Amino acid sequence: MRLEHKVILDWVNPDSTVLELGCGGGTLLALLVAGKRVRAQGIEIDAKAVHDCVEKGLSVLQEDFEGGLSGYPDGSFDYLIFDQSLQQVRKPDAILKEAMRVGRRIIVGFPNFASYTVRFQILFGGKVPVTPSLPHEWYDTPNLHFLSISDFIDYCHRRDFTIENSAFVRKNSRVGVLPNLRADLGVFLISQRTGSETEVPPTRGTAAGPLPRDGPGD
Amino acid sequence: MGLVETRFFTFAEPPTGLPLDCGRSLAPVTLAYETYGSLNADKSNAVLVLHALSGDAHAAGFHEDEKSPGWWDDMIGPGKGLDTEKYFVICSNVLGGCKGSTGPASTNPKTGRPYGLEFPILTIKDMVDAQSRLVESLGIKRLLAVIGGSMGGMQVLQWMVSYPARIRAAIPIATTMKHAPQQIAFDEVGRQAIMADNNWNEGDYYGGPLPSKGLAVARMVGHITYMSDASMAEKFGRRLKTEGEQGKFGADFEVEGYLRYRGDSFVKRFDANSYLYITKAMDNFDLLAEKRLQEVFKGLRARVLVIAFRSDWLYPAYQSKETVKACKLAGVDASYCEINSTYGHDAFLLEVEEETHLIQHFLRTVSENGHSELEPGRGSDEIRAQSHT
Repeated sequence: MRLEHKVILDWVNPDSTVLELGCGGGTLLALLVAGKRVRAQGIEIDAKAVHDCVEKGLSVLQEDFEGGLSGYPDGSFDYLIFDQSLQQVRKPDAILKEAMRVGRRIIVGFPNFASYTVRFQILFGGKVPVTPSLPHEWYDTPNLHFLSISDFIDYCHRRDFTIENSAFVRKNSRVGVLPNLRADLGVFLISQRTGSETEVPPTRGTAAGPLPRDGPGD
Repeated sequence: MGLVETRFFTFAEPPTGLPLDCGRSLAPVTLAYETYGSLNADKSNAVLVLHALSGDAHAAGFHEDEKSPGWWDDMIGPGKGLDTEKYFVICSNVLGGCKGSTGPASTNPKTGRPYGLEFPILTIKDMVDAQSRLVESLGIKRLLAVIGGSMGGMQVLQWMVSYPARIRAAIPIATTMKHAPQQIAFDEVGRQAIMADNNWNEGDYYGGPLPSKGLAVARMVGHITYMSDASMAEKFGRRLKTEGEQGKFGADFEVEGYLRYRGDSFVKRFDANSYLYITKAMDNFDLLAEKRLQEVFKGLRARVLVIAFRSDWLYPAYQSKETVKACKLAGVDASYCEINSTYGHDAFLLEVEEETHLIQHFLRTVSENGHSELEPGRGSDEIRAQSHT
């Protein structure tokens, strides 16, 4: 199992409801159903991936989730998950705001565009980086937005989202210090700040724990 | 499937009869139906197949002396999408039909003559109410699934609304929650063609010459709407017919010959009045008439698989997406697949491979997760005990 999936599995409460946006072939959702008995719903545009989800016994809607979220009433799900799909949408800011309406908590995993591997390739190679977490060439990448772990933390502060938990991954291992420099992937559990405290009960903590407001630094 | 036989179920004897949406009732009512596979001990493996406008109870296998099989034989049988080794498949001719079920061509017990236009106006809900009585008579408390395309899909949606606790899954294919003006318009052209035929005689033509020309034209219009620009281009191109009638306005192009052939063969197997009543039922279908979108499937616990086809312009994908939206609003567990086909509306009968894959896995999931989906307060043992009695 990919480490970031293990992290998400650890964060999600048993018997909760989950909507994954851009769920691909349903690998993560199937893990959540098996491990946490969640009621799972996926949204995925690719026909082959949709068939794979149905084969795994998952409920999946073949549609573009940039429009698909609007059909859900407020607070329809305990969790909305973007597993490396947020950087592929046209308007991530609009989607996240809409996601905060539909889900009580949001889990976002994305490739970190400020890892030292990326920095070295740009600085010394002079080329758009191709790394294990950013494996595509410039001409065929599905990624429309490139962000770093620090960017995402700044963004959450600006939007007044609470970062309840975070985890950083490099080569399938956890990164503790200097995640913005060292991690290939960042995974965040965020929620809408309501007054001074959040309404939702806390999830189980992880080794990394919630981040200080100053961010990971590098 | 091998040899199969149509059976008949008669119910709603006078004086009660079957109450209809229009306020009248029909007594008695007969439904023609066929079954394939066998019902398991706890009667939990029954799948009800619902046919489209021109379909009938004969969905699979062969009747004696028959060269071609039932209308959905590609999907029903051992190892097929609806696997008869696992499931007990039921298909009945709709109320108002002309293939063994009570319809305008049936004898009116009050007059001893065919009903003709004396037959009451029907709705999709009436058809579904009649089917529910058939399902009951087979001792089935809860269907594993209801499935159908086009008008069959409307019946699926009606089942979801009328009998939500009696289905564990629903598969509406290439269908809509309400007929749009374009769909009504095409049906109206068909009806006008029938009624413009002198032989139609206000629906009183039984025993005399049939309104065959009118019905054939109605069918021709229908067939145009079932195909797509691309599928027609591929099937016929601008190729000319090599034989057939001569004359200035003969069937020169293959597409003309095809439509004429389809029209002419339809009149041998279909009743013009049934065509009028059934198309009217489709046009009047509107699940949202008295409800808001978020209310229509409220409380439904069945799992839903909605299927649409990209080139279907008669029942475009946006209509299926409305169904999906209603499921989202009601918190219904739904899947939606939009199959990339060029066959137009006919795709629901032709895209067998993709449908088979989706439906096989979907039904397997539903049967495996059966007991978690029971209504609250009712244990699985109770259901099992009831179904044995």
